[in-house]
Amino acid sequence: MTDVLNDNNWLLTVGTFLPLVGVVVMMLVPEVEERLHKQLLTLTAGATMAVHVVTLVLFDYGQSEKLQFFVDEDWIDVIGAGYTIGLDGISLPLYVLSAFVTFLVAIYTYENMPEAGNAKAFGILMLILQVGMAGSFIAQDLVLFFVFFEIVLLPMYFMIGVWGGEERQYASLKFFLYTMFGSALMLVGILALYFNTGSTSFAFAHLYEMGASIDKDTQIWIFAGLFVGFAVKVPMFPFHTWLPDAHTQAPTQGSVILAAILLKLGTYGFVRIAIPMLPQGAKAWAPVIAVLAVIGIIYGALGCLAQTDFKRLIAFSSVAHMGFVMLGIATLTPMGINAAMFGMVAHGLITGMLFFLAGSVKHRYHTLEIARLRGMLIQMPKLGWVLGFCAMASLGLPGLAGFWGEFPALVSAWQPAFGLDETLYRVLLVIAAFGTVLAAGYLLWLYQRTAMGEPNPEFVTGHGHGHGPTAAHSLSAAANDHNDHEVADGSDDGHGHADIHDVTLIEWISWTPFLIAIVVLGVYPQLMFKVMDPAVTALVERVGAGIP
Amino acid sequence: VIAQVAEWVAPTIDWHALAPEIVLAVGINLVLLVDLWISESKKWMQATLAGFVLLGAFIPVVTLALVGDSSRSMFDGRYVVDHYSLVLKALFLLTGYVVVLLSQTELEEGGYYQGEYYLLLLISVLGMVMMTSARDLVSLFIALELLSIPAYMMAAWRKRDRRSNEAGVKYYLLGVFASGVLLYGMSYLYGTTGSTKLSEIGAVLASGDLIAMQVIAVVFVIAGFAFKISAVPFHTWAPDTYEGAPLPVTAFLSVGSKAAGFVALATLLFVGLYPADGVYEPFLWVLAALTMTVGNVLALRQTNIVRLLAYSSVSQGGFILMPLAVMASGDAGPSALKAVVIYLLIYAFSNLGAFGVVAAVSRKTRSGSIESFGGLLTYAPGMAVLMTIFLGSLAGVPPLGIWIAKLQAFRAVLDAGDGAAYTLAVIAAVNTVISAAYYMKVLREIWMKPVPDGDTTPVAAPQPIRLALGLCAAGTIVLGVLPGLVLRFADITDLTAAFGR
Repeated sequence: MTDVLNDNNWLLTVGTFLPLVGVVVMMLVPEVEERLHKQLLTLTAGATMAVHVVTLVLFDYGQSEKLQFFVDEDWIDVIGAGYTIGLDGISLPLYVLSAFVTFLVAIYTYENMPEAGNAKAFGILMLILQVGMAGSFIAQDLVLFFVFFEIVLLPMYFMIGVWGGEERQYASLKFFLYTMFGSALMLVGILALYFNTGSTSFAFAHLYEMGASIDKDTQIWIFAGLFVGFAVKVPMFPFHTWLPDAHTQAPTQGSVILAAILLKLGTYGFVRIAIPMLPQGAKAWAPVIAVLAVIGIIYGALGCLAQTDFKRLIAFSSVAHMGFVMLGIATLTPMGINAAMFGMVAHGLITGMLFFLAGSVKHRYHTLEIARLRGMLIQMPKLGWVLGFCAMASLGLPGLAGFWGEFPALVSAWQPAFGLDETLYRVLLVIAAFGTVLAAGYLLWLYQRTAMGEPNPEFVTGHGHGHGPTAAHSLSAAANDHNDHEVADGSDDGHGHADIHDVTLIEWISWTPFLIAIVVLGVYPQLMFKVMDPAVTALVERVGAGIP
Repeated sequence: VIAQVAEWVAPTIDWHALAPEIVLAVGINLVLLVDLWISESKKWMQATLAGFVLLGAFIPVVTLALVGDSSRSMFDGRYVVDHYSLVLKALFLLTGYVVVLLSQTELEEGGYYQGEYYLLLLISVLGMVMMTSARDLVSLFIALELLSIPAYMMAAWRKRDRRSNEAGVKYYLLGVFASGVLLYGMSYLYGTTGSTKLSEIGAVLASGDLIAMQVIAVVFVIAGFAFKISAVPFHTWAPDTYEGAPLPVTAFLSVGSKAAGFVALATLLFVGLYPADGVYEPFLWVLAALTMTVGNVLALRQTNIVRLLAYSSVSQGGFILMPLAVMASGDAGPSALKAVVIYLLIYAFSNLGAFGVVAAVSRKTRSGSIESFGGLLTYAPGMAVLMTIFLGSLAGVPPLGIWIAKLQAFRAVLDAGDGAAYTLAVIAAVNTVISAAYYMKVLREIWMKPVPDGDTTPVAAPQPIRLALGLCAAGTIVLGVLPGLVLRFADITDLTAAFGR
């Protein structure tokens, strides 16, 4: 292969597998050393993040369409699978995001360990997750990709099932079986792809070259297999039903990682694998994807309006946001795919942040029922403002990151590529645009209900043991000004002491980078677009070459 | 007859090639003799001795592999040591070693006849080791009986336990019946082809259309081995025997004895019966589809961990049969052989490991129900993680062992590339998802359920079991990440080149 850069090619391997060192060390430390485990987790995640930062620095931005830090070693000779890894402009942001999110989640864990305890197992699972996520974004070989793609499955299953909420076992099993089902079909698709390209290699480069020459009908069938596998992960309507349950039940850390990175494995799979390897299949399926994406946007938004649970609402908003990403991808235009890639990162930051907030709210109020939450701006002004900021970012306010995922995706739908039906896409554009209005609706309504108004008396100091809405407002407001740790008794579900306090130091440390990134990418989106664009353009050209 | 005797000359014997068998044979006599002389209180030494014998037999296997000449043929090509047989000999010796480690504590504490047990175990392993080299109906049969007869007795080893007796008797009766069917088929094969040597049988079968007796012969021979590998509908002995036999013996049967059956079947099909694909392909197709599906469906309903593992091993057997069912279609031959060999290797590690964890945990819980694993993570995190590795591997989750075996099996099926093969692949894919459900059921107990009796004293696994589990876990993970280590051994040309095919 000619257009790859081999410099510093140890970097990706180290950046991906470094967490395993932490896993081994943590295995040797007894479980009772809870604090030490948290430190080891943070240390490992931090070291990994440092390696990723080095990757960011050494990346040659002038040639971001080429695979860099490229390694191509033999792995499983007999089936032609290699240890082929590399990073280009498409995968760089997601690769770095994965380490970034894991590190900050690790910090957050310091004072927000889920109830089930056992920091040892929790940290180990998180680090294994990190290996799978980072590996998926650097793999340039289909079998290698599949292995990394599957590595995340078990840790996430356990994370939801052990540290999750009331319905955790149901949610985790649903997550597992959906994903397993998708993987099985995807594996069949992968093997079919292999056999139809001469059965010699699983390397992406080889499959890009040979895949286009598969006849159209076969491409459509293989694409169907890959489509289901990735669509479950995204998740696209109608494969999304595992997501609200998984998100709602998962511990905060799991939700953040799930939203920020795991969902992106699906969309990344479309961009990196399904579409460029099977151009004609992609063209045939693009209208279907676009329609499902827009259904997802509207359905997700309507779902949000109907939710009574803070976290479940955010989960449904993920369905809507991923709909925009898929719409961008389905246009097959450079602009659409750029928007989709940007949307993935933006959604990862914003929704990840919203799940952090949901976790912190739950931690304080022991409930996420929207009807019982109000007046956060009075009780915890800082947290209230951060929530407002994230809601604005999530609804796509220009100047914040969310906007640059949605707006260009909509624009690109005006003129889809490769002779896709313009009328259809323009109708979809209008409907999707309506979805942004709904998004503003459900997010602002959520904000209005939870952050504004007077605090719910049941969470207010001095309320005593009664249940009636007696007046204690002035007291609470005064107390909140001092940012004290108050104790309120008498919440309905018997949790007793609600400890309503504002954003803590650890929370600030883990959230600030998210908030800064949301603003920076919102004000200067070019930062990412210029990295991705050459790679995306090359990818679309490849697709174009494969469509007669 | 007299003229033939006069012409007889002693065969040249390749001592190096036979060294593993010789070491085992000497070791067997040693164990027997030592058992006569040492006092009851020192019988535990027999386990150590048996372990050393197995490791000793491992040495020539390694040197043979290192010397590197691809094939050593003896006794007129009826006994062959090649890469295929070497890697499988290694598998059986390792299986034997792990089983010795698993047995040690249980036998010591139970006060069972230790000397005899290890003697029988070694004899059975010798049969398996011979099986890998046998290229003749007679030597195949001798190897089969040599490995089976001690296993019948081992299954009934808990003499005062009625279920153990039931296990032994069931296994014995059905095993003997299967041997009868097998011999019947073999006699037809010999009668119609005039030879017991597999390659000559193959040549005769290939030279013309099959006659009815040959069709019956092929069906009977396969049915005979189907008992051994507990393929549905010949599986009925397996769950009862597995549940009743002592746990280490169950592990031995579900891995060693089953793998030996597969080895015999693969050798027979690839070297001898390959021209009869019109007969065995449909037959094996049905067996494979039934085995994986029925095994899975029944496994879903089990509440006893050993029975669950028993049915899971039935269903895994279906996956190993799958490549054999398409081996003569398209160009599936080479990948089918590889699939069978690598599947057997990795399955051995994962399944032995799973039984090892059950053995260790049930020492504390004294129960075989799946619920008794509840909350294992909280009081025995090491065991919980190991069980997760083994069951994850059995479920086919990358990068744990069996995923690559499953991939290779699917590859063989797609290599065959006809409609029947694709149908089988779809059945297998559905079964993969079904099997995940019951493996997850156990993992759910381990990770998410509370401890049933609130007793959270840690599991004190004895040293040998820990060593065994370590070996199995290492094998499961290393072969999953670097399957190339063993995949290179199972080249079809190794197996068939000696016969000019």
